Amino acid sequence: MHMADALISPAVGGTMWVAAAGLTVYSARKLKEEMDDRKTPLMGVLGALVFAAQMINFTIPGTGSSGHLGGAMLLAVLLGPYAAFITMASILTIQSLFFADGGLLALGCNMINMGFFPCFIAFPLIYKRVAGRGPDRKRILAASMAASVMGLLLGAVGVVTETFFSGISELSFKTFILLMLPIHLVIGVVEGFVTASVVGFVCRSHPEVLQMADESSKGNSISLKPVIITLAVIAALTGGFLSWFASTSPDGLEWSVARSSGNKELPAPAGKLHAFFSGLQEKTAFLPDYSFRKEKPEAPAANEAKKGNDEPWPGVSAGTSVSGLLGGVMSLVLVGLIGIGIRTFQKRKSK
Amino acid sequence: MGSIGSSFFDIGHLDALSSKQTPVHRVDSRVKVLTTLCFIVVVVSFHKYDPARLAPLVIYPMAIMVIGRIPFSYILKKVLIASPFVLFVALFNPILDRNPVMELGSFVISGGFLSFTSILVKYVLTVSAGLALIACTGFDAICSALSGMGVPTAFTIQLLFVYRYIFVLGEEAARMARARALRSFGDRGMGIGVYGSMLGQLLFRTMDRAQRIHLAMMCRGFDGKIRYNSPKGICWSDWIFLGGWCGLFVLLRSYDFPAWLGRELGRLI
Repeated sequence: MHMADALISPAVGGTMWVAAAGLTVYSARKLKEEMDDRKTPLMGVLGALVFAAQMINFTIPGTGSSGHLGGAMLLAVLLGPYAAFITMASILTIQSLFFADGGLLALGCNMINMGFFPCFIAFPLIYKRVAGRGPDRKRILAASMAASVMGLLLGAVGVVTETFFSGISELSFKTFILLMLPIHLVIGVVEGFVTASVVGFVCRSHPEVLQMADESSKGNSISLKPVIITLAVIAALTGGFLSWFASTSPDGLEWSVARSSGNKELPAPAGKLHAFFSGLQEKTAFLPDYSFRKEKPEAPAANEAKKGNDEPWPGVSAGTSVSGLLGGVMSLVLVGLIGIGIRTFQKRKSK
Repeated sequence: MGSIGSSFFDIGHLDALSSKQTPVHRVDSRVKVLTTLCFIVVVVSFHKYDPARLAPLVIYPMAIMVIGRIPFSYILKKVLIASPFVLFVALFNPILDRNPVMELGSFVISGGFLSFTSILVKYVLTVSAGLALIACTGFDAICSALSGMGVPTAFTIQLLFVYRYIFVLGEEAARMARARALRSFGDRGMGIGVYGSMLGQLLFRTMDRAQRIHLAMMCRGFDGKIRYNSPKGICWSDWIFLGGWCGLFVLLRSYDFPAWLGRELGRLI
């Protein structure tokens, strides 16, 4: 569920970056307060373990497919939420840089989806409550199962929400979420089993490891609420600012360019959110109509609405569109020529 | 198993590319990180029905790769491997959005097809720019750039640590997986029971290792910070790099270069 840059808008990416950066700074400060520098190498090595563990698969009975460890919940159980978030953030950064798994602008989204939800929501609210204090194996198993599933589902909802607000994909919120949730429920159950079996093994052979993590996360688990509220407010403000900026200035620029060059630009579509609300409005507006006049008049009205929707996209005259495409291809060729030019220049120089 | 094993050495190769000496490699790492971020934001900000306008932006990753002598085929392979999720989401666009937007003779191009193309182009551009960044900068330099730009040290230290130990633990995990595969016939022993305790074993070994690393670090006077080679100051050529590229991005964002080119060509023809 790594999100790519191509699927998000700058406003959404920027907002999530701000939120993720805030969480990282906050977690780093909390870690400094703990002053346990044994944790530094432990975090790093456990982060590498999450990578390494992906090399070991297990077969899922009956399906022929295989599963492996997801990581965030295991990290949270072993390290506590703050250290786990930072480790998860570094894992995601390395994945995006070296494996192209998730983009750089989408890094904020990914940190929130795959770091924040498991470490700061699922871990304290589900795992801790269910697992309790004592080293009771069954409860720990149930807790890691429930928390893994919940963390993944929340992450999937995050992916869908971010994609929806970006308005790049045509998938509607409902369809996308209906596609994502079942898949991630299955993945979550598998990950839950893995986390549970590893935590179970640790609990059987070295229970003191779990206690150490428990103590380190005990002192400061209460103070999270104000932080989340502040972050949400900051993120909402930046998001509002960025989307205002995105909706006014570049479009304004395009508009003026279009006017000055006489080129008929495609009109900017109303944002997804706007479409959603106007759809809602239409529905609520139709209902009273519907109850007054029962059948026929609605059909033409709907047709008209459809026509109205079509109209913002007039068939652009073939001339301009062909020249646009031609220009695109030509500029690709041009760029390619520049590349070849530089390379031959280099070769000549090295001779 | 073999394929994943080789992908770990693969990232080593990506880092090894960064030790070359070219003009791009010599640019300050902070400047390169900033320029790449700026590039990605500009690429992503284009309208979804505008794939043609993205075409001139290919010049940035291409120039970095050509001047930095990074093999195209290598980056292309990595771009293709990572694409399934993007493809999965993008494939719905042509199906769901069938508004005719463009006509090419008798062909009618739907909005969904245009946005599908632009998602793919954006994907290739952003990913190749990111990979080109790491291939011409190197991970250590990027971490020192990040800490120079005010990212918390706890985070940059983790980046360095995780990266360093991926190789060590990766080899260990690969060895364990191979040993298990040799001892099991068909699917016996490949289930979650063995898997759980195996991963647990790896976990304990890892924690022991962390303790040894910590002791070794203490012996060498570790105080919670990693000291980087202090980066050279940003010199004028770095400013030119940053200003030149960002200026070009803004120019390409605000003027529709391909349309102009197409019109002029049409007039010539």
